[in-house]
Amino acid sequence: MKTRHIFPALALWLVCLPSQAELSIQITQGIDNPIPIAVVPFSMQGSGILSEDVSQIVINDLEQVGEFRALSRSNMLGLPSQESEVFYRDWRILAQDYLLVGRINQEPGSQLVQVQYEFFDINRELKLAGEVLTGSVSQLRDIGHEISNVVFEQVTGIRGAFTTQLLYIVSEYVSPELTYFRLEKSDYDGQRAQVLLESREPVMSPSWSPNGQDVAYVSFETNLPRIYIQNIATGQKRQITNYPNINSSPVWSPDGNKLAMVLSKDGSPDIYVQDLMTNELVRITDHPAIETEPSWTPDGSAIVFMSDRTGQPQIYQIALGASSFDVERLTYDCFQCAKAKFLPDGVNLMHVRRETRQDPSYQIAILNIETLRVMTLTSTSLDESPSLAPNGSMIMYATKFAGRGVLDAVSIDGRVKFRLPSKQGDVREPSWSPFLN
Amino acid sequence: MVKQSMQFLKVGLIISLYTLAACSSSSDVEEGMEGNQSTSGSNNSGSSATTNPGGSGNQLSQDQIRAQAALRQTVFYFQFDVAEFDAGDRDTLTYHARDLATNSGKRIRLEGHADERGTREYNLALGERRANGILNYLIVNGAARSQIEVVSYGEERLAQSGSTEGAYRQNRRVEIVGN
Repeated sequence: MKTRHIFPALALWLVCLPSQAELSIQITQGIDNPIPIAVVPFSMQGSGILSEDVSQIVINDLEQVGEFRALSRSNMLGLPSQESEVFYRDWRILAQDYLLVGRINQEPGSQLVQVQYEFFDINRELKLAGEVLTGSVSQLRDIGHEISNVVFEQVTGIRGAFTTQLLYIVSEYVSPELTYFRLEKSDYDGQRAQVLLESREPVMSPSWSPNGQDVAYVSFETNLPRIYIQNIATGQKRQITNYPNINSSPVWSPDGNKLAMVLSKDGSPDIYVQDLMTNELVRITDHPAIETEPSWTPDGSAIVFMSDRTGQPQIYQIALGASSFDVERLTYDCFQCAKAKFLPDGVNLMHVRRETRQDPSYQIAILNIETLRVMTLTSTSLDESPSLAPNGSMIMYATKFAGRGVLDAVSIDGRVKFRLPSKQGDVREPSWSPFLN
Repeated sequence: MVKQSMQFLKVGLIISLYTLAACSSSSDVEEGMEGNQSTSGSNNSGSSATTNPGGSGNQLSQDQIRAQAALRQTVFYFQFDVAEFDAGDRDTLTYHARDLATNSGKRIRLEGHADERGTREYNLALGERRANGILNYLIVNGAARSQIEVVSYGEERLAQSGSTEGAYRQNRRVEIVGN
């Protein structure tokens, strides 16, 4: 049996302020035939009561992504905690496909816990995975999410994204003179939110660096929009731009060495790329209309952007090094198409779409640029800022619910949706982290 | 030349005074600005007297009243999807431009805003486009570029929350803020 230590970001938790507005998940749309899985409550060895229910964390993870339905604990015929106690027929009778059991061991007086889990395929009567994860008591959520990753990958063949995180912006209105703007970070499910930056001036457009260590964002803290890069663990930040007029939309190149951005120093907003090593700034587009919302193609060779040069926002692409008029238009059949980014396949383009002038609703859609097939994934009317999970399975986006900004997630096929409602303030502009371990 | 432009202003002012009355009741920001702006309005009246030495006393005070009223309007609203300010605001903005021209030490900020529809970064650009439209008009009418700072907040600072046409109308705006 494998043994692993979970020590991801312990130091960070001590540095960062806990956020008041913790988010909690709500499944708003599931699939018709979820995979039945039994997650037995993990048995507790040794002393003490733990603050987190690890098996419940796994259940929440698996049900949120919509592919699984967990068996109710009250319907279980036994509560095994290790392989020797597992009787496959008990679970076959209950029509379960998979079984997860485990036990938690905490030495008296110790802050360390050992979580041993084992995962079984009921139909094939086969143990698929098992290991011992060791960490501190405060890392029980990480341990739970890590077990979910293993279960998810064993069943679906896709790497789990349960240990990933989100960055997002919260604005909290206090009075006409005072609104707080916060850059926050949380687990993918909205738990354990932390404030990375708080300001009385707007904060916008957070973007994870590809290595997961830094965030680029726009802050108006000098009363003007300027781009900053902040180290997530230390909180140390540096101002990257100070050009006249708009400095916005920072997006990291796939190799992490460059930042695409929007500057209007030369008149109208255009796309630029700044080399983070040399600070060299290269102008990419040159047009009197608005060019904004850059994103990189997966290979980093071209930039996708929005321009309203035809009168309404449409999506275009330009190769790095190409002349500024050598631009390819990617969208035609929408009134407005904006905020586009290619999925890792380089063919499917995630974007925000307003179909017609008559219907002022904005939805998250995917356009296949080869077949030109469009799949609209959402059905609310003010959806924006889509951000893809690093395993490509879900898109997190901002929408409005009951008059407030909330974050929703939708599976890439549109079948599953869940929501992270905030307890206070407007939440928006999610940025899903890369894999962090 | 001076006489011609004055006649033009008289006609336009009736319209702009009406729009002013319609707008001023609904926005906190405007009301908050009033005390601040009326001070600069009285500065302006002194200087317009020097540019109109031949005018009678009655005409002067009327112009003074118009200028004060115009300078009290510091929020300008925009139609959906339109970057140009309303034609009805032209004369009010002319008074603002003249105020800047005669008070060369005065500095203002043009803050552009958009409603919540559309993507945030596009709205940031739209807010700047709206503010630049007013910037250019003020410069053409006598203000110096160095007196005016432009900043767009896009949809980040809404004047009114809510997803109604009324809220959207209040949010598509450029505010003149004393710097």
